[in-house]
Amino acid sequence: MEEILTQIALCIERGKINLESPYPPDMKGQPGADELTKQAIEQEIAPGKILSDALVPGMQVVGEKFAKGEVYIPDLLMSAKAMNASMEHLKPFFESGEVKTRGVFIIGTVQGDLHDIGKNLVGMVVKGGGWEVIDLGVDVSTEKFIGALDQNPGAAVGLSALLTTTMPNMENIVKSIKEKYPDTKVIIGGAPINESYAEKIGADAYYPDPQGAVNFLNSTV
Amino acid sequence: MKRKVAQALKTRKVLLSDGAWGTALQAHGLKGGQCGEMWCMIRRHEILAIARSYIDAGSDIILTNSFGANSIKLAHYDLADRAEKINRAAAEISREAAGDDHIVLGSVGPTGKIILMGDVTADDLYEAFAEQVTGLEKGGADGILIETMSAIDEATIAVRAAKENTVLEVACTFTFERAGYGGFHSIMGHTIADYVDAMRDVSCDIIGTNCGNGIDEMTEIVREMRAIEPDLPIIAQPNAGKPEIVGGEVVYKETPEIMAAKTPELIEAGANIIGGCCGTTPEHIRAMSGVILTI
Repeated sequence: MEEILTQIALCIERGKINLESPYPPDMKGQPGADELTKQAIEQEIAPGKILSDALVPGMQVVGEKFAKGEVYIPDLLMSAKAMNASMEHLKPFFESGEVKTRGVFIIGTVQGDLHDIGKNLVGMVVKGGGWEVIDLGVDVSTEKFIGALDQNPGAAVGLSALLTTTMPNMENIVKSIKEKYPDTKVIIGGAPINESYAEKIGADAYYPDPQGAVNFLNSTV
Repeated sequence: MKRKVAQALKTRKVLLSDGAWGTALQAHGLKGGQCGEMWCMIRRHEILAIARSYIDAGSDIILTNSFGANSIKLAHYDLADRAEKINRAAAEISREAAGDDHIVLGSVGPTGKIILMGDVTADDLYEAFAEQVTGLEKGGADGILIETMSAIDEATIAVRAAKENTVLEVACTFTFERAGYGGFHSIMGHTIADYVDAMRDVSCDIIGTNCGNGIDEMTEIVREMRAIEPDLPIIAQPNAGKPEIVGGEVVYKETPEIMAAKTPELIEAGANIIGGCCGTTPEHIRAMSGVILTI
């Protein structure tokens, strides 16, 4: 693998956004994901290779550490910011169709629930896994999820809930999605959720951390 | 500055706080997607009944139904402009239940926004908390309890807002969870020592921990906190165990008897004020009261 791709992956893992960013302190004054990705493109490294050999592995390392409880939300956020800085440079290639995402992932916090931190973290890590993420926001109705699926046939769906009181809404949304699109993969997550609940309401999977969601999605394509 | 908790702790080794409000609101029919804090305005008698249920159970301190009543969260319900009024009403209701003999701490929860995420600034948070604590003070709260915090930046902003905009005693508690290596961290990665240092820096009057854990883990957390900070009062409000889903229903498995039996250990670990968080009821508080009276 080209040295620069390893460097980009490290910047994403450590949350080093750009040259000016003082974080992390031990990488101060060094170029970040932003500059290095631009350089990689100038060196005519294929954008698809930058995605698959730098962005995806960088985000995967931090995602796995997060799952093990070795790093925390701020670390994941900084990594996501670094990844987004890289993504900006890859955007034109996604738009031209030269680089393809692994698929589309529609995510939202279920109706009645306004908590978005967990949902946002999952969205970021899935995006870092090379997926196109459509974020429907919080308090998302069944109709909105179905509408997004109508427009993105074949997409996978992620439902988030923090409140014990909104878990029943999750069940209704899963049922409605499966009724209209039986083949759609639906993942659920959130503090009160567990695997047996996923099974009970007919969701395909539950993961306690974002990386679990990425690994599951990758296994479906 | 008002110092009602500190004064009470001069004559009493341990004070009893209250149990869950959210769980009680759900028992009264609050559904997901509804603003429970708005019930201070539209279903006042039910909020008063919850407050009274804890006074009747033996609480020395009760909180207020204002956990999520900051303008940032209320904006989701188009109620941002009612923030001060809702907080004022919340404190008035608890004051009415508490009378002059019991202490009212105004509950302040997190905004649900992370500064690092870039969707809110430190100034936004300060303003929201300042408005909330002002309302709570006007409604007659004796102190402020900033609770369920996990980020040091947000928590210290809330403590500063309470200190700079009211004359009230200020408590601030964090929610910790066991990390991969076995010790305790907040979800934002702060250790108990990080948290205690930050609270000292902003001259927080009372420290402690709430939510996220049952009484066993809480006892461990309090013991570590007490070893770091020998002097400040510590408040501990455990859940009635971790929530479990049984037959699609959420249940908390630590009964009043279980929590009462473990209360002496929590006190021995260094807690000065004990109560309950999610899943605890007036029955839990009554059972803990029986234990405290014998100490």
